[in-house]
Amino acid sequence: MKKNDMKTIFLKLKNEYLGRGFAMLCGAIIVILTFAIILFLTTKGLNTFFKHGYSIFHFIFSGNWNPEGSGEGLSPQFGTLIFILGSSVVSFLAVLVSAPIGVALAVFMNVISPRLGTKVLQPAMELFVGIPSVVYGWIGVSVLVPFIKLWFGGIGFSLLAGVLVISIMILPTITSIASDAIKTIPKDYIEASYGLGATRWQTIIKVIIPAAKSGILTGIVLGVARAFGEALAVQMVIGNSITFPKGLLGTTSTLTSILTMDMANTIYGTAWNDALWSMALLLLIISFIFILIIRKLGKRGEA
Amino acid sequence: MSSKVKDKIATMVLYIVSALVILLLVSLIGYILYNGRQSLNLNFLFGEPKIGEAGGGIGRQLYNSIHLLVVTLIITVPLGVGAGIYLAEYAKEGKILNIIRLSIETMASLPSIVVGLFGLLVFVNMTKWGYSLIAGALAITIINLPGLTRVSENAIKAASAGVKEASLGLGATRWQTIKNVILPSAMPQILTGVILAAGRIFGEAAALLYTAGMSAPALNFANASLTSKASAYSLFRPAETLSVYIWKLNSEGMVPDAAKIANGASAVLIIAVLIFNVSARIIGKKLYESYTGSK
Repeated sequence: MKKNDMKTIFLKLKNEYLGRGFAMLCGAIIVILTFAIILFLTTKGLNTFFKHGYSIFHFIFSGNWNPEGSGEGLSPQFGTLIFILGSSVVSFLAVLVSAPIGVALAVFMNVISPRLGTKVLQPAMELFVGIPSVVYGWIGVSVLVPFIKLWFGGIGFSLLAGVLVISIMILPTITSIASDAIKTIPKDYIEASYGLGATRWQTIIKVIIPAAKSGILTGIVLGVARAFGEALAVQMVIGNSITFPKGLLGTTSTLTSILTMDMANTIYGTAWNDALWSMALLLLIISFIFILIIRKLGKRGEA
Repeated sequence: MSSKVKDKIATMVLYIVSALVILLLVSLIGYILYNGRQSLNLNFLFGEPKIGEAGGGIGRQLYNSIHLLVVTLIITVPLGVGAGIYLAEYAKEGKILNIIRLSIETMASLPSIVVGLFGLLVFVNMTKWGYSLIAGALAITIINLPGLTRVSENAIKAASAGVKEASLGLGATRWQTIKNVILPSAMPQILTGVILAAGRIFGEAAALLYTAGMSAPALNFANASLTSKASAYSLFRPAETLSVYIWKLNSEGMVPDAAKIANGASAVLIIAVLIFNVSARIIGKKLYESYTGSK
């Protein structure tokens, strides 16, 4: 009797509990990792304000970035407004370029020519995603920058170069999500519109795009989020000057570009280094905000 | 203007936009391959890097990229598939599931440079491993885990719909059902996801700058140790990858032919991406056919 019990337990262990345990462990690891990331970046990022006593207000709203201080007892300044603004402007303009093209592609893939859509555009978008960001950056440096210098003047490294590179990088994100949204529109809507005598274009503008609105918006927000977090490609072409951009041809810096460059040059634990960690925390908070917006959009789409 | 004419014009515009985007892609890839064509020889691909003079190769970086890819996949695939199984088969709607979903969303939306910095903090500094291959692999695992989990979850959900109850009805346990019935038929989709993720891992740079590091020490294949810093197989040596090398060439320019090397390395990366993309399609299709018996 006893021996049999042991055998069933062993069998159950082998056939069910071990596997289930492993699956649960994997789920737990995801949660633990996420909380670890939030915890570590938060404690490290708050050092600027608690350990070094720099004001949060100045950190966000001052454009005075002077991490070494300048002689004569002037204390170092860690105002990051230039970078916040740089990131925002680049992302905003990139989406402005990318969103209409992305939506146009999504409409084309689903409404105009589904055959070309699945055979050509879909794989093309996968390739766009696959091209590494340093390669985009390198093409930016070796093609776009000289081109801008030649035709528009300036030094070539510019906000414009950053915007163009990023807009190509976020195009597949916007396209694929807008396309998914269009796919889920009930066929009845579209047929009803045709039945009423509307042309295809009228159907697209009056029925398809409004019906897919929340999905398209989600795609756009994800595009902005991706643009905000992109580091190397932007850093390579934007010029990295600690100034507000003077127009499209001016140079500037973004949160990610300054992080990429300065992290290696600063000593661990100094006020300058901790200010960089605060910027990493800021990026984390911004990506949270994007998640909240997307969740809101998703809820509205269901209703 | 009549609405018919408008319709014609709009259709044409949409065709032109799509054609231009395809043209952009083709010229991008064509340009990269054309520029890197001189570098696609064995001397460049397997050569040693040179400092301060022209003619260096990318042998070490290429090896590091592949090594890192393999290590990352070994960590990521079981975790992602396991989490996918949990979400698709075991998790019940409720608070816990909500927390996991929120975690996945959070992880997926983290900028890769932020993940890299977390890696610097935890895998490089706290563990005292220093810049190392394993730190880089763990950082990219964080980046790719959410995507792979989602792919696995969807694949398993789609595969289990028709066969799960039959298998459970025959007396199999849940895990036996998953392992022997559902997973095999979910495999093509999962494999496609893994290969596409591999392409991204191969090209990732931002998360690696401060984890796997920006130096490529000489490779010693005679030493088979996994932990000794002197061994090529080691997980604990700095491992600059191809993408990181391109970035470093651009920002530091230590060699006179930096542009040529960057062109060559970009071409290699693009070829790798093409191979990954095409093979994902072919393998996915082949496996699908063999499982569904349509051929």
